[in-house]
Amino acid sequence: MGEAAKTVIFEIERRNSTDENSYWEKFELPYRANMNVISALMEIRRNPVNTEGKKTTPVTWDMNCLEEVCGACSMVINGKARQSCTALVDQLEQPIRLQPMKTFPVVRDLIVDRSRMFDSLKKVKAWVPIDGTHDLGEGPRMPERKRQWAYELSKCMTCGVCLEACPNVNDKSDFIGAAPLSQVRLMNAHPTGSMTRDERLNAIMGEGGLASCGNSQNCVESCPKGIPLTTSIAALNRETTVQMFRNFFGSDHAVG
Amino acid sequence: MENREFLLRRLHSLLGIIPIGIFLTQHLIVNHFATQGVEAFNNASHFMANLPFVIFLEIFVIYLPLMYHAFYGLYIAFTTKNNPGHYSYMRNILFVAQRYTGIFLVIFIAWHVFETRFQVAIGAAEANFNMMANILDNPWMLAFYIAGVLAATFHLANGLWSFLVTWGITQSEKSQRYTTYFTLLVFIVLSIIGIRALFAFI
Ligand code: HEM
Ligand code: SF4
Ligand code: FES
Repeated sequence: MGEAAKTVIFEIERRNSTDENSYWEKFELPYRANMNVISALMEIRRNPVNTEGKKTTPVTWDMNCLEEVCGACSMVINGKARQSCTALVDQLEQPIRLQPMKTFPVVRDLIVDRSRMFDSLKKVKAWVPIDGTHDLGEGPRMPERKRQWAYELSKCMTCGVCLEACPNVNDKSDFIGAAPLSQVRLMNAHPTGSMTRDERLNAIMGEGGLASCGNSQNCVESCPKGIPLTTSIAALNRETTVQMFRNFFGSDHAVG
Repeated sequence: MENREFLLRRLHSLLGIIPIGIFLTQHLIVNHFATQGVEAFNNASHFMANLPFVIFLEIFVIYLPLMYHAFYGLYIAFTTKNNPGHYSYMRNILFVAQRYTGIFLVIFIAWHVFETRFQVAIGAAEANFNMMANILDNPWMLAFYIAGVLAATFHLANGLWSFLVTWGITQSEKSQRYTTYFTLLVFIVLSIIGIRALFAFI
């Protein structure tokens, strides 16, 4: 009794739309046990009053699963990109600074548009082609050990954290970043997917592809899913080395 | 050509080792003869300067590859957005250092070539022990040369690590970690050779 109620302070980099300038706004809210950044944002939405006592617009953000599997809630928290749904207030230094992942176009406040990642997945053909005009039957089986290994790569949720952390993904470069590269390794590992592996390798040998990686290795340090991104990049480096020679010296066979 | 950027980047990487990295190593070793006295250095330098077709060797083994690597390297360095503050992992810090040492090397190498090889070419100086002794007499120049040698040895050693990844030779985390130790050793050994040579001139 008599003790001042514990509070949490947030500083949020906001903007009203993509083309508008950003501004910082500060909020102080009552502490609750086990609160995370999203529950704090919900509290701000409920009562959008900043530390100057002024009523303001509620802060907008993106979320979906609330259990770190969809990737929608990614933002920069105290300087590092991560998911806000698993960012526990107790583990963060205050004031907690929230910023959008500005590697992507900012839609409003903390919401970004990650379309470029989905475009990259299309560009590198990150799928297994099975559609045809008739039933092609069953594909080859995948060894169980390989399936377990591939499962780890398939955990990518296209959250964009690896792109935000990468110094080579920025507005001066068209580098697609680690996530779509890792997907190429995944699709090439699939027994049916590997039938078109040269198409994917050639795709990542294009503009803004694999060669734009400079090995800062921030991606693998930042990926919330622990995906071995830099091992995949090095493995793809070897495969594209072979593909490069094959393209030039190789015979006329379609896939090797 | 569709794969143009890929091929240009791979060429940049390759030239960093062959021939530039090999040349740098050779250059530092030849300079190291200075530790054995004036005559030993002059003999070594005389031998290098009188290799057959030396001007073609210089153009194709040094000037053209180095200019390609340097100018493309500047482009690469200025198209990154360094973030060592928030993402202060060791590899990211080395990544930034690779770029800063590269930029510094452009300045250092340009000055170094102007002050030595160019002066010899226009007949204003003779390439020998005394030339270097005169240059390094100035403590500021000595500091500049120490910085230049360390930047070059770091850039080559860390570049060797990066080269092995770029060509897909070191893939596993373990092999990449062990090459970090190995390239640290390369950095230390080459630095000792380079710095010892500098101090032999004063
Ligand atoms: C002493 C002469 C030099 C040597 C021995 C050297 C060597 C190397 C090597 C071996 C690499 C690794 C290539 C790879 O990542 O696959 C490299 C990378 C690099 N070099 Fe140099 N270099 C020299 C001069 C320069 C200069 C003057 C610049 C100009 C800025 C420069 C800029 C770069 C950059 C930016 C990279 C990183 C490339 C990447 O990560 O993709 N280098 N260098
Ligand atoms: S690789 Fe990891 S960090 Fe990158 S988008 Fe996928 S889950 Fe996110
Ligand atoms: S809401 Fe899905 S990852 Fe956070």
